[in-house]
Amino acid sequence: MIVESNVMRFDCMPLDNGARLAPVEVAYETYGELNARKSNAILILHAFSGDAHAAGISHETGKPGWWDNMIGPGKAFDTNRYFVICANVLGGCRGSTGPSSIHPATGCPYAMSFPVITIGDMVRLQKLLIDSLGIERLLSVAGGSMGGMQALEWAVSYPECVVSAIPIACTTRHSAQQIAFNEVGRQAIMADLDWDGGNYYGKQPPARGLAVARMVGHITYMSDDSMREKFGRRLRGKENFGYDFDVDFEVESYLRYRGSEFVNRFDANSYLYITKAMDYFDLVNGHGSLAAAFETARARFLVISFSSDWLYPSYQSQEIVRALRARNCDVAYVELESNYGHDAFLVDVAEQTDLIRGFLASTYEKAP
Amino acid sequence: MTAQVPKPQPFVRALLGRSDYAIIGEIVEPGAKVLDLGCGDGDLLQWLAENKSVDARGVEIASAKVQRAIARGVSVYQGDIDEGLADYPDAAFDYVILSQTLQETHHPRVVLREMLRVGRRAIVAFPNFGHWRMRLSLLWGGRAPITPLFPHTWYDSPNIHILTVQDFEELVHLEGIRVERRYFLSGGQKVSLRPNLLAETAVYLVSASAR
Repeated sequence: MIVESNVMRFDCMPLDNGARLAPVEVAYETYGELNARKSNAILILHAFSGDAHAAGISHETGKPGWWDNMIGPGKAFDTNRYFVICANVLGGCRGSTGPSSIHPATGCPYAMSFPVITIGDMVRLQKLLIDSLGIERLLSVAGGSMGGMQALEWAVSYPECVVSAIPIACTTRHSAQQIAFNEVGRQAIMADLDWDGGNYYGKQPPARGLAVARMVGHITYMSDDSMREKFGRRLRGKENFGYDFDVDFEVESYLRYRGSEFVNRFDANSYLYITKAMDYFDLVNGHGSLAAAFETARARFLVISFSSDWLYPSYQSQEIVRALRARNCDVAYVELESNYGHDAFLVDVAEQTDLIRGFLASTYEKAP
Repeated sequence: MTAQVPKPQPFVRALLGRSDYAIIGEIVEPGAKVLDLGCGDGDLLQWLAENKSVDARGVEIASAKVQRAIARGVSVYQGDIDEGLADYPDAAFDYVILSQTLQETHHPRVVLREMLRVGRRAIVAFPNFGHWRMRLSLLWGGRAPITPLFPHTWYDSPNIHILTVQDFEELVHLEGIRVERRYFLSGGQKVSLRPNLLAETAVYLVSASAR
């Protein structure tokens, strides 16, 4: 399946902070065919560092999508049955408008003059896209981590448009620990002199800061078990310690590789803006309680968490489930056994496939 | 012409191989809102959803069973029924079902009260420890009985609050719970005499008393 990204442009969009973005663009891909009744559309929502390329082989890069093992013919999100859409988030750096986009008033990149955005703003832009594709109701909104937050935001903000929601390994609001890890990442970027107040476009980007931020991120995505299994204390290409500060351990090599690789595909300012949006996200805000927040939600929910995920622990998913029960919403929930930590939602495909396939099929049958 | 086939006795029929399910299948009316506690793989819920168009939900503690239930399209959440009902609003369901699980709960009285808070009616099916086979086994064997209905050794048994038909009758009296219907079964057959001695399984349809 060779796929291409498209870009949709809108004249103007209001933001939660009171500002407006004009114009605003969204990069997206679609897989499968929209049926005549337009009742088989599923919106996939990507996590922090994802993009619109969720499935298939990219025409431009030749690379598979970030959730290619879950989306495609016969897969969990079966593109023989469903029309699947995935868009790069607002504030991103992979085709949608973000801090690296050109500010129309100045002709230069927005950099730190880009307005601070929220998960709600990301979803508002996705709603514009869905509307312009002529889709009134989504059979499902689904995603892991920050994608799960967007799925929850969809179910609460546009209840009449969402038949079902699949929030995976996520939360209704970041805990102090989650905010803390994001703040370490932001500080690493801003402490890099190359960051230069965000004005590094056309110059040397804050590669070291961004790489350190990504290294911290990767630690939080794994588990003690998965790191022990993957690296242990193995040395990298040597029999003995080097007694210096070059790479000794496999885990160091891995993190350095991941960090430097990330610099090539991600914008440091997008890192700041998107992590901030995650930290601001709070479904309870303005509602008094989580159950009150779900008052208008009409979707059917499938909530999934993973036993070894300490970044988005199961208790956060269970809070979602309890609030939905208090509203007597239709909710299925399971904690899957996994060693992979937060990464499990990208790695543990077999079990998620069974769950999601069955959930979507029964939702599709019941859908009006 | 086809030969006249006599209709099977209602209670000889076994739904999914289980006579208590057959009774539950008869009690629940189409379109009802049903919560099944300890629903396992969701067998009963799926049958009720497909044959009676019920709004079917379930609670199950074992992850593997929850996964199988969700994979077949049944809305089940992983949780403990001793704690799991507190979040539900009052009268959220038409029926709350507890099939062969009451004797496994830590606080059966609390579970029963909670069932009748979140459900307008409750259906409770349980294995009768007062059945003659149990009595004989204990009397002659002098050991915790092992029978087809209670197949576990005492140290492996999930049954921590075993009860008889008589015990349940006393509990509902004590709790002021109204018994709307009671069914007693043995080997898929209906038992009408001396249920405390002859019934292997009892199924009660109960509701909160009007008092």
